[in-house]
Amino acid sequence: MQVIKSPKVYDVAIVGSGAGGGTAAKVLTEAGADVVLLEGGPMWDSAKDGKMFAWNYDSMNRGWGGDKKPFGEFDGCVGGWEIEGEPYTIGNGNWRWFRGRALGGRTNHWGRISLRFGPDDFRGKTRDGYGDDWPISYDDIKPYYDKLDEFVGIFGTNHAKDTGLHNEPDGIFLPPPKPRHHELLIKQACDKLKIPVVPSRLSILTKAHNGRAACHYCGQCGRGCATHSNFSSTSVMIPPALKTGKLTILANAMAREVITNDEGLATGISYVDSVKLTEHQVRAKAVVLAASCCESARLLLNSKSTRHPGGLANSSGVVGKYLTDSTGLNVSGFIPKLMDVPRYNSDGVGGMHLYVPWWGDNKALGFPRGYHIELGGGFGMPGYGFGGGIQNYPQSRGGGYGKDLKDEYRRYYGAFVSLSGRGEQVSSENCYCEIDPNVVDKYGIPVLRFNHTWSDTERLQAKHMQETFRSIITEMGGTPTTAMPTKEQDYGLAVGGLIIHEAGATRMGNDAKTSALNRNCQAHDAKNVFVCDGGPFTSQADKNLTWTIMALAWRTSEHIADERKKGNI
Amino acid sequence: MRDIKRRRVLQILGATPAVAALAFTEAEAEQAATQAQSARRAAAAAGTAYKPKFFTASEYATVVVLADLIIPKDDRSGSASDAGAPEFVDHIVNVQAERQVAARGGLKWLDTESLKRFDKTFVQATDAQRRLILDDIAFPEKADKRFSHGVRFFSGLRDLVAAGFWSSKIGVKDLGYQGNVPNVWDGAPQAVLDKLGVKYDA
Repeated sequence: MQVIKSPKVYDVAIVGSGAGGGTAAKVLTEAGADVVLLEGGPMWDSAKDGKMFAWNYDSMNRGWGGDKKPFGEFDGCVGGWEIEGEPYTIGNGNWRWFRGRALGGRTNHWGRISLRFGPDDFRGKTRDGYGDDWPISYDDIKPYYDKLDEFVGIFGTNHAKDTGLHNEPDGIFLPPPKPRHHELLIKQACDKLKIPVVPSRLSILTKAHNGRAACHYCGQCGRGCATHSNFSSTSVMIPPALKTGKLTILANAMAREVITNDEGLATGISYVDSVKLTEHQVRAKAVVLAASCCESARLLLNSKSTRHPGGLANSSGVVGKYLTDSTGLNVSGFIPKLMDVPRYNSDGVGGMHLYVPWWGDNKALGFPRGYHIELGGGFGMPGYGFGGGIQNYPQSRGGGYGKDLKDEYRRYYGAFVSLSGRGEQVSSENCYCEIDPNVVDKYGIPVLRFNHTWSDTERLQAKHMQETFRSIITEMGGTPTTAMPTKEQDYGLAVGGLIIHEAGATRMGNDAKTSALNRNCQAHDAKNVFVCDGGPFTSQADKNLTWTIMALAWRTSEHIADERKKGNI
Repeated sequence: MRDIKRRRVLQILGATPAVAALAFTEAEAEQAATQAQSARRAAAAAGTAYKPKFFTASEYATVVVLADLIIPKDDRSGSASDAGAPEFVDHIVNVQAERQVAARGGLKWLDTESLKRFDKTFVQATDAQRRLILDDIAFPEKADKRFSHGVRFFSGLRDLVAAGFWSSKIGVKDLGYQGNVPNVWDGAPQAVLDKLGVKYDA
């Protein structure tokens, strides 16, 4: 087998084309760098490949996607928790690993929830002793959040002003869409319970912005938007990078390892063509790993050399450690008031119009970190699974058949709401991924073995979520559709990885003994190696992480551009 | 083999109108007519309209009868089979291997139960007889424990039939889903807000 080596030496090689990689490609090419971008999957274009406006009845599957499309048949993300030929294994506890395999990665279908971390979120340990502080503060990253808001376009409001909560930073916003009917009903109940409900912040355009059209409110952001009215790396970051003429995209390029020289510096990436199975090397003066938190950790751990015997950037031994996901659980409720509501097109944008930021005082609650609530409900497009388990619907006839049953399906349509909690897991050395010594994937790349368990800090938070969501549903005059889970059931917490907010496996820090990357997301051990995904996060927050992945990637990329100018890289 | 089975089913189904001739009360005549109607639909489905991928012709005829008992035609929309729900059931069971044994076995359970009670398969049974069995398996909370396997089967089938019906063009229209089109979003209509007792901030 021959290794095909590119003669060209690029300024920067980026591995991964999602939120972090796309942002790095844009910023670096616009700063004049010659960039090669490796994507493990095929090219993907929402205008061509997206399934906007398809009907479930266009397909015999009626929207069911199976393992290949766990978010539904028409979902815009190629990939899933299970990918043929790309296994992973479990050591202690449990974990599910979702991987995107196409240009744009998971940004082709993500929830567009675009929240800034607040000042407190960067100094958790100082606040309560749990986890670690970040080596940077909110003020360090704020200018990049601002740039993102301005460039990408995001709707929302000033949550601090709306609620008085100090850890909810302002931003630069397009006008938010009016709430849906069920969201107003949830808000009415929350008002009584003193739970703040505010307009959500989603990177979906409620006005035309930077040459992209305004949203047309089909509610299908997850399928890929043909008019580029929401954020995906492919719609928003890759096009300006391509426009510079400085970006080369290598699709179907599955990175195997980072190649280093005798001085321990990166000289390029070795990869396998995932279609032809040919072996390649591409050379570059600097390397940016943006392959997703765990995939970047895997790459580093698999990049062993005499200079880096434990894997690249891993003299501290922390690569793979401190792996976190958002905590997550959902409670649905049947709301009698929502029966027989006159029908209207409640699609709106592809996500919630209202949102609940973390409002609790942890000092009074007995668990250290908070969560936010995502609201669901309305008249969705009927598809696979519709009306499932009707025999268990509260106040129903308990099953049956015939005309009465048919009428019951109609009356229950739109009569449910869902409340989803997404919270902060405290990072811990006990949650980690490592290379499984016995297993390789179909490309011969050693795979990850995951070790992840929840602790009482998360369980108590989950208990609070359950009690809160049930009280909101009761306040609405409704009935939760499930019984309260027990402590032994982790109060209903989803298995780690199911919320798809992995972070921390290549964490930043000022101390090279306890972190893989410095405050610029640059490897302590190799000055031309950077990470631009969720890996560098020193902690999670009670907010979704994508906006911070991108702001951090923007900041890191400007740092790389500066270092290039200074001749340091 | 499959063809022979299908011919036999068609013979059985073809025989049903004769039952009507023997009927002498109005209720029984009506029942027989309904039965004949569903038999015709089943025949059409098992014949040229749709060739099942997983179920045998006789199994599929049972699925069609069950589907239309679960979601019959009413004054607002057509029946499960009008909407293609039986095809959907067959397709899903065909592509989801983990459902196959339970689906086939469940249909067999149903026929066995019907033979025990009426000396006729479920398809051969009268509408009233079919309903006697369904009444015993359609309400999980109330059902006698000895019917637990039938309950399990019927709950699963009801879910598939419902998904197939309501996600169809007929079902979507019946429910009044109005989305999946370009729209101008200006919130919920006043009538909806009024019904719920909520309003937008001024």
